[in-house]
Amino acid sequence: MNTATLTSALGAVAPEAAPAHPAPVARSEATPAKESDMASSTPIQNAAPAPVAEPGTPFGERVGQLFRAVIPPFLGFAFVIGLWALVAMSSTDFPGPAKTFDAAVTLFSDPFYRNGPNDQGIGWNILSSLKRVAIGFGVAALVGIPMGFIIGRFAFMNSMLEPIISILRPVSPLAWLPIGLMVFKAADPASTWTIFICSIWPMILNTAQGVQRVPQDYLNVARVLNLSEFKIITKILLPSVLPYMLTGIRLSIGTAWLVIVAAEMLTGGVGIGFWVWDEWNNLKVEHIIIAIFVIGIVGLLLEQLLLLIARRFSYGTN
Amino acid sequence: MNAIVKVENVGMAFETKKGRFVALKDVNLQIRSGEVVSLIGHSGCGKSTLLNLIAGLTLPTSGVMLCSGREIAGPGPERAVVFQNHSLLPWLSCFENVYLAVERVFGAKEGKAKLKERTAAALEMVHMTHATQKMPHEISGGMKQRIGIARAFAMEPKILLMDEPFGALDALTRASLQDELIGVMEKTGATVVMVTHDVDEAVLLSDRVVMMTNGPAATIGEILEVKLDKPRDRLALAHDPHFAECRGAILEFLYQKQMKKAA
Repeated sequence: MNTATLTSALGAVAPEAAPAHPAPVARSEATPAKESDMASSTPIQNAAPAPVAEPGTPFGERVGQLFRAVIPPFLGFAFVIGLWALVAMSSTDFPGPAKTFDAAVTLFSDPFYRNGPNDQGIGWNILSSLKRVAIGFGVAALVGIPMGFIIGRFAFMNSMLEPIISILRPVSPLAWLPIGLMVFKAADPASTWTIFICSIWPMILNTAQGVQRVPQDYLNVARVLNLSEFKIITKILLPSVLPYMLTGIRLSIGTAWLVIVAAEMLTGGVGIGFWVWDEWNNLKVEHIIIAIFVIGIVGLLLEQLLLLIARRFSYGTN
Repeated sequence: MNAIVKVENVGMAFETKKGRFVALKDVNLQIRSGEVVSLIGHSGCGKSTLLNLIAGLTLPTSGVMLCSGREIAGPGPERAVVFQNHSLLPWLSCFENVYLAVERVFGAKEGKAKLKERTAAALEMVHMTHATQKMPHEISGGMKQRIGIARAFAMEPKILLMDEPFGALDALTRASLQDELIGVMEKTGATVVMVTHDVDEAVLLSDRVVMMTNGPAATIGEILEVKLDKPRDRLALAHDPHFAECRGAILEFLYQKQMKKAA
């Protein structure tokens, strides 16, 4: 049984390994010949073959890798667009991909026009939504992260605030919108207020969890060194809580971007959510489809941006 | 009389869900200046508990612990600890890890240049100068422990406490770090208390080996004096009759007198 699997494994490796070797050799022989032919362009010639020869994988395999990376997502999009086209064909008021694409081209050819408060380019709509998210989210971070530290560090505060948070957290942030309207007496800060509410919970909870999970080893180091409270915070607590904090931030920016669309539909003004509703009233369904794509892409970009930041601050585990 | 650490009738009990668990009972021990003492015993015998008590990370439930005549009320830099899992802060470079300790101990009276010099010297002592700017995750386990040792020695503690410092390392790395430690102890004349479960390590490194009985309510069973000249060389000791004698005595204690019933 054992020998059988071993030989079969060897058999599988050998044929692949054999052609893999001659290929780079042949290429490296070919390169100098080319170089002597075109002596003037040597620097470029030198640079070009290096990445091909270096990984030691045959050309065919690399093309295969590229295909495996590109083909499935491409097929996915093609399938969805095809399905969409089919549905659109059998319906009179549902625009197909071609019509939507044309609309998008005209829409994005002038994204920053202004024809009064209720008719502005899609660029302005996206930017004002992002601005609301940024403000609500920023204030939530300013309040939520210190609160998370307090809850995580002091068991008393934890037991005091935990039940309140548990009750408030499952509430849809839109339920807070009327309170915002009442307090701020304006639509714009009210929708920012809902963003604040929905962003603050993940930030508090994740920061608190991070503080509670600071490894005892690091705290022991701090105790043995008898570090000052300031040093404990800057050198031990903050860096070890940071990954948790960033997870909280990432979760809350996801929800914030979900909520802003709904909040703006209710409050009006300039913003991508309001724009969707406005285009529905204008019966421009293709614009709604464009908005769906735009909201999705912006959300994805926000998420990726935060992932990038999180990766920058993740330390190799020991 | 010149004992740095005095442990007098110390007992340690933990409150657990199943009731009171007595880990240590009636422990008496004096550690003299410049002495290297090993604590050895089966796992669960409370040797790490005793070390944590000396470190001040936990406080005893009965008895008195003194360090230089003062009661141990908590951890402090004069009792540096080398942790088993090195406990380097992963977001600081090797240099910064050591510097954090140096700054804490000497920062009040010395300038930055002098502090950096101390840090560099500590790293050189454990032959890690090449890794000064590396992050802990970029170096091997043995190297991390070297940095941990450098951090502890850089604080110039009155006493150095090591909790199974080489327990997580492979045998070859462990041997080279033991040799390293012999060199560093020789140079600094440090007072060291070390927890180990490696009989050879205990004999090789220590002046006295404190053998602990099995828990619960563990205490010191026997104390063995290792009368071998220092610095010691592991190759020469392999055929030394006194080395073999010490080894035999510890093995006899661990596997005859304190045989663990069904591990």
